[in-house]
Order: sequence, then C-alpha cells, then structure tokens
Amino acid sequence: MSGEPPILELAGVRKAYNVGTPVEVEVLHGIDLRLERGEFAALIGPSGSGKSTLLNSIGLLERPTSGRILIAGLDIAELDEAGLTALRGRTIGFVFQFHHLLPAFTALENVMMPLVIDKGRPAPGMAERAEQLLRAVGLGDALHKKPAELSGGMQQRVAIARALAMSPPLVLADEPTGNLDTHTADDVFALMRRFNAEEGVAFLIVTHDPRLAERCDRRIELVDGRIVAGATV
Amino acid sequence: MGAMPFEWIVAMRFLREGRMQSLLIVAGTTVGVAVIIFITALVNSLQASLAERTLSTQAHIVVRPPEDVPSRVVDPKTGVVIARVEPRAQRLRSIDQWERVFPELEKLDHVTAASPMVTGPAFALRGNANKSIALVGIDPDRFERIVKMEARIVAGRYRIGPGDAVIGVELASDLGASVGDRIRIQTADKADDIFLVTGIFDVGVKELNRRWVLVPLKTAQSLLNLPGGLTNIDLTVDDIFVAERVAQRIGASTGLLAESWMAINGQLLAAFNNQTMTTRLIRIFLVLIVALGIASVLVVSVVQKQKEIGILRAMGASPARIMGVFLIQGAVVGAIGAVAGSALATAMVRAASYVLKQEDGTALITGEIGAATYAFAAAVALATGLLAAIAPARRAAHLDPVQAIRA
Repeated sequence: MSGEPPILELAGVRKAYNVGTPVEVEVLHGIDLRLERGEFAALIGPSGSGKSTLLNSIGLLERPTSGRILIAGLDIAELDEAGLTALRGRTIGFVFQFHHLLPAFTALENVMMPLVIDKGRPAPGMAERAEQLLRAVGLGDALHKKPAELSGGMQQRVAIARALAMSPPLVLADEPTGNLDTHTADDVFALMRRFNAEEGVAFLIVTHDPRLAERCDRRIELVDGRIVAGATV
Repeated sequence: MGAMPFEWIVAMRFLREGRMQSLLIVAGTTVGVAVIIFITALVNSLQASLAERTLSTQAHIVVRPPEDVPSRVVDPKTGVVIARVEPRAQRLRSIDQWERVFPELEKLDHVTAASPMVTGPAFALRGNANKSIALVGIDPDRFERIVKMEARIVAGRYRIGPGDAVIGVELASDLGASVGDRIRIQTADKADDIFLVTGIFDVGVKELNRRWVLVPLKTAQSLLNLPGGLTNIDLTVDDIFVAERVAQRIGASTGLLAESWMAINGQLLAAFNNQTMTTRLIRIFLVLIVALGIASVLVVSVVQKQKEIGILRAMGASPARIMGVFLIQGAVVGAIGAVAGSALATAMVRAASYVLKQEDGTALITGEIGAATYAFAAAVALATGLLAAIAPARRAAHLDPVQAIRA
C-alpha cells in the first residue's frame, strides 16, 4: 500500500440483530470493501438488502457484530464510545434522506453546529466558514432562515453544507435526493460532484435511483447482505 | 449563537422552541415555590401570633426555689432510717440569695427581661364579698416587660404605688369595685391591708382576670411574710423556642427550679410542633409535585426531540453533552421558577397582609419573609429542577442515534 491509507476499509464485516435470541437475524454477511480518498461511489441494491445497516456501520452509528472497519487507517474496534463520537464528528459528514436539520436553528446555525460541537462552544471564524459553505451551495440569501422556511431542495443543500463544515474526508449520503423532484435532485447531485472535484471529499451515496447511480464513478451493489458488484475499483 | 457552551445554546433553544411547555413548567415551578414560601410565612405568622396571644400573659421561663424533698435521718452506725422529714405543705419559700442570682439571669444569652415577683394566696374583701385571689407583688416597670399590662388596662391606669392595687375585670365585678374604690386584702396568716384600686385590666383570660391582684413588691413581701424575699423570677427570651434550653441551663448553673413555657404548656408546644410538621409535609408534597411536573415535561421533550438528539449525536455530540443539554433545561426551569416564585410569594404575602385580618384588626400574616425562607425555596427549586432532569437526560444520552434519526 503506497501513501495514505484508504479512507475506508471493511474486512469481513457481519452485522446481526437480536444476537443470542431465537429471532437472531444476520443482515450483513461478511462485507469486504475499500474506498479510496476522493472517490465518488454509489451504493445500490434493493430494499432490505442491508444498505442502511452498512451505511450506519461505516458511519460509526452502530458497531459490526464481527469483522474490521478501518476509517483512514484507524481500526474502530480500538476506540471507545467517546473515541467513536470524536472520530465521527471529525472525519464523517452525514446527509440524510429527510434532511434532518435542527428546526430550532437557522440555516447558518445548523451548518455551524458540527464546528460548535467539536470545539464545545462557538468561536471566531465558525460563522464565516458556515456562511462561505452556504454561499457555495447557493443559499447566500437564506442564512438566517429556519428550516421550516426553506423548500425541500434548499434544506438538502443546507444539509450538504453542514456535512462539509468540518472538512471531512468522507461524506455518507443516505438517499440524498430521494425526496426531491428530478430537477432539484440534479442540482443537489451536481453540488456533491462539485465538492468532490474541488475539495477531494470522498462520497458514498446510497440510492435507489439508477439514473443517479449511473453518474457516479463507481457502483457498489449490495444484494441480501452481500456485495455482488463493485467491491473493488 | 453568542459564545455560550454548546450545551447551553441547545438547551436554551429547546426551551424557547417548546414555548408552551416551557411556560407551563416554569409556571408550575413558580407556583410551587410561591406556595412553599407563602405557607411558610403564613405558618410562621400564625405561630408567632398564637405564641403572642398565649404567652403574652405568662413568662417564658419561671425560676423558683427548688422543691422541698423529704429528708431522712439515718443512724450512722446501723444505717437504719430513724425518721423522715416531710416538706411542709403550702409553705411559701423564697429564692435563696436572689440578689446575687438575679443580675446573672438578666445577663444570660437570649434573656430580654427579668421580673422579680412575690406571689401567694390571699382573699380580697369588699362589703360582703370575699374572693380567693393570687396576690402578685411586682415591680411595675419590670413586670410590664414580661406581660404588657399597660395596653390591657380597661379602666384607670397601670399605676402601682404604695397602697395601690390593679385588679382584673372579673374580680372588679365580683367585688362590685371600680377605679377609686378601696378593697381589703387578707392573707391566711390574717395579715391584712387596704388598697386603692387604681386600674382594672382585661388580659383575655377569665381565670387571671378573676385572680390576679397586682400590688407593689414590698407590700406583698410583708403581707406574705417574706421580707426581702422572692417566690419567683419571671423571664422573657427573644426566641420562644429556645426557652427550654435556657431554662435547663439556669437549672444546671443555679440549682433553682427553672420551668419554660414549653414544659408548663405541653399542649401548646405540641400544637406548634404539629403545625411545623404540617408545613413540612406540605413542602414535601409540593416539591414532589413540582419535580414530577418538570420531569414529565422533560420526558415528553426528550421523546419529541429524539430526531434532533440523533442528529446531534451523528454530528459528534457525546452522550455526556446531550445529558448536559437536558440537565441545563431542568436547572434553568428551576432557577426561573425560584426567582419568579419568590416574587409571586412576596406579592401574595403583601396582599394577604391587607386581606387576612385578625379579630383585633391586625394583619394575620406579617409582610416579612426571612432570607432563609427564600434561600430554602430557591435551593429546593434548583435542586428539584436538576434532579427531575436526571432521568430524562439519561434517557436522551443513551438514545441510539440510528433509532433516533429514523423515528
């Protein structure tokens, strides 16, 4: 392996629920996966194939039952809950299907929030960084609007700006355009491509939309908890 | 966002966002705090007023010579009791060396007034009427500081010079005597003297109005055959509830018999204690109700905010931080409730001091609330807010971010 370790590496990752009970069910059956820095990949597969579970495991929101997950060369099995939380905050940005903004905060404050959480309190420069990101996603006029005052597409753009606030090397997007009309979906997709090209942020995008998946550099296909295509470049 | 720590920013925003809920719990806490303060002030006032009425006609502590005990004469050789000497019944005895003891008593901590007295049984006679009375020899100025006689004079004046007597309204009517009339006082030893009635009092207790005849100390000493002696010293203390402690100290240091109103008036003390207990119970229940109110609203808030909590967790907020957010909400609600409740209680006490009057027209409740009462209520509100927030805060902290986001 030359230079930096891949941003993401999975080896034999299994995930089962209700372990040890009669209703135990294994969702992921040994996933091997590598994602290099700056990649732009789609994770596709039918409903119930385990896409969300895989994304949550990669996003450090849940631990695998067995197998290894390395984020930027760091084995997450060696981290405690606090370590996981810190790693998640600094290296991974999330974009969810239902944009999940904090309704009580303005667009600017939502984008600032990961920075505030990281440092514990607001600091000089954070608002500027957030404003710059919001301008980059075309929301320079909506800085002080609450999520409820924004359209679905605008909310998703705020979410993308927020995912990028900490300049993470990896952004995980769960159906980021699933809730948007075709035109808006294209906008949002273009935005992610731009950040990928300009800042070298790796994207892993879960999607149902074959049109969208077509336009990604790589397609990883998951069927019944196994990767059937695209495990390696 | 200002420069507050993350937990404060989110806590304050959550409180502001759920305005109706926040207002309701703040209102609940406010009322709770106000009622705690108000009830405390009311009970304190009632106790003070009850004490004032009941204890206004008696000393807080009465110091008397020690009881005579039967003494025994024992044969030194055989150890056999040869004779028992029983104390004489109904003998009036004087406090030994009271001139030495008196200044010491006056100087004791908490003692605000001391009055030398000679009291003994006697008869009051006028015409055909012959009434059994208690002859009370006093120094009028000193006695005034134990029992406020001046204010209770209904006819004539509170003036007790040589040859003067002040008597109660019941006795005056029994004897058919009024101010300016003369009455004869006779003791069991047939000593007697004529007195001019200079004043008639009504202390609000029939028995005393019928029995007390106040005369100068010296006159009583000679009539009761106790020249230069005192049968008792009455004391007043600054805090009625320290009376028993002071009395015990006097008993231990002087060997005299010192009885506090608490020992003499057990029922009154029991009534006071019951009131205090009742107040304490009311306080406990109020604290419980306020705590349950805060806790339940915060629990609902945690459920409502599940998604936001999940987002914050996904963005790198630790469980401890999330817990902090909800603890701060509880503490802030408690603090606002404490301040608003104190203000409300002050207003309520003010209003009550105008509205609630006793029969004599004085306010039932005084306008004063001690700093300690405020401090107690504030501490309770803050602690309640924090404690009530613990369970919801833990719940929020341990929320699974995946579940939270999907919810």
